[in-house]
Amino acid sequence: MDAATAAPMHPVAREALLAALDDGWADPDRLYASGRRARRLFEAAQSSAAESLGVRPDELSFWPSGTAAVHAAVLGGLAGRERAGRTLVHSAIEHSAVLHIAVRHAATRHDNAVEVGVDRLGRLDLDAWRAAVTADGTALASLISASHEVGTVQPVDAAAEAAREAGVPLYVDAAQSVAHAPIPTGWSLLSASAHKWGGPPGVGVLVVRKGTRWRSPYPVDDLYRPQAPGALGLPAVVAAAASLRAALDEAASEAVRLSALVDRIRAGVTGTVPDVEVVGDPVQRLPHLVTFSCLYVDGEALLHALDGHGFAVSSGSSCTASTLRPSHVLEAMGVLSHGNVRVSLHRDTTEAEVDRFLAVLPGLVADIRKEAGM
Amino acid sequence: MVLDCLGQRCPLPVIALARSIADVPVGGTVTVLADDPAAANDIPAWCRMKSQDYLGSPAPNSYTVRRAT
Repeated sequence: MDAATAAPMHPVAREALLAALDDGWADPDRLYASGRRARRLFEAAQSSAAESLGVRPDELSFWPSGTAAVHAAVLGGLAGRERAGRTLVHSAIEHSAVLHIAVRHAATRHDNAVEVGVDRLGRLDLDAWRAAVTADGTALASLISASHEVGTVQPVDAAAEAAREAGVPLYVDAAQSVAHAPIPTGWSLLSASAHKWGGPPGVGVLVVRKGTRWRSPYPVDDLYRPQAPGALGLPAVVAAAASLRAALDEAASEAVRLSALVDRIRAGVTGTVPDVEVVGDPVQRLPHLVTFSCLYVDGEALLHALDGHGFAVSSGSSCTASTLRPSHVLEAMGVLSHGNVRVSLHRDTTEAEVDRFLAVLPGLVADIRKEAGM
Repeated sequence: MVLDCLGQRCPLPVIALARSIADVPVGGTVTVLADDPAAANDIPAWCRMKSQDYLGSPAPNSYTVRRAT
């Protein structure tokens, strides 16, 4: 139940990966027969993924991970606009990959990063966003399509309009939305991550729309054509493109099914666990993701207790983070951060599993509280 | 009342606060000293969930709560 980190591989991804291992081992840049075969495979994968996302093939590039695609989008978007401005505007609930860039960017001379807050439900403050993107010197604006931690869908269309009026390109991190929710419109750059839609790990996708100024932050031959430095894992890329198509074919029906399961979890958790807060927007949310926090509960203890019963969940509590800080998303929303559990479902999640989760959770929470003397 | 929870990891400061609030008269205050980074977020969140008044942070690593109910 941690599809928001990585979903199990879609059967189509597995098939495509195995087939591509035979034909896709060569370097697609080489001119001999095996290289040309690899080139054809690459171009087919690129065209297929572009069609899936509704963009042109030459606007889409593959990267060694979702995070690599995020870095390429933000660093390349900033570099391309260096003459127009030096400020990165971003929401407070971006993925840490964006926030790490913001911190480093703000630490250099002449550069600047401006954070825009969210409300208690995790929804972007549009007035503050509009003011920030309109300010002089804004180079790039970054907005996650939907919160990866609480599932709240962001007002990307309105945010994009504000950016467009200000003449500022918008980057959208769509890693959590692709194959779960409609892809927003109005952006200039977008990235996604294959292992979140059932593709293999180690493939990120970057789209840079025509007319967007982008300059590679990496030492490569062609600074203006988005392309990852080094050889791509072509078999994984082929599997990513094939599974994207398959996942999109199932997306509408899966969204209905998973959304009903999430509603069941929301109601079940509030009904059976005392002193619990389900966080995030109950309606404007991703269909497959739900997050709640239990008072007086150590998030790490709950995560391990659930793991002992075969449930994989993630947590935004400080005790589960390498930094020992609570999740920046929960902090930005001002909601409880300890005892936090994020559940995210995928195509293999069954109703019976959700019911078993709801059956064991209250006892595990009660045990941990009892141990803590509550 | 002052609760010294310095050095304690979350959720311990919030647990200490919840246990002590019964000893505070309605309208009285309790100040929690806590240096876990989650306390700044979780003590106000506890107040909201438990309908108590969060009065703010008078000093670093210090959070004051007024018993409302």
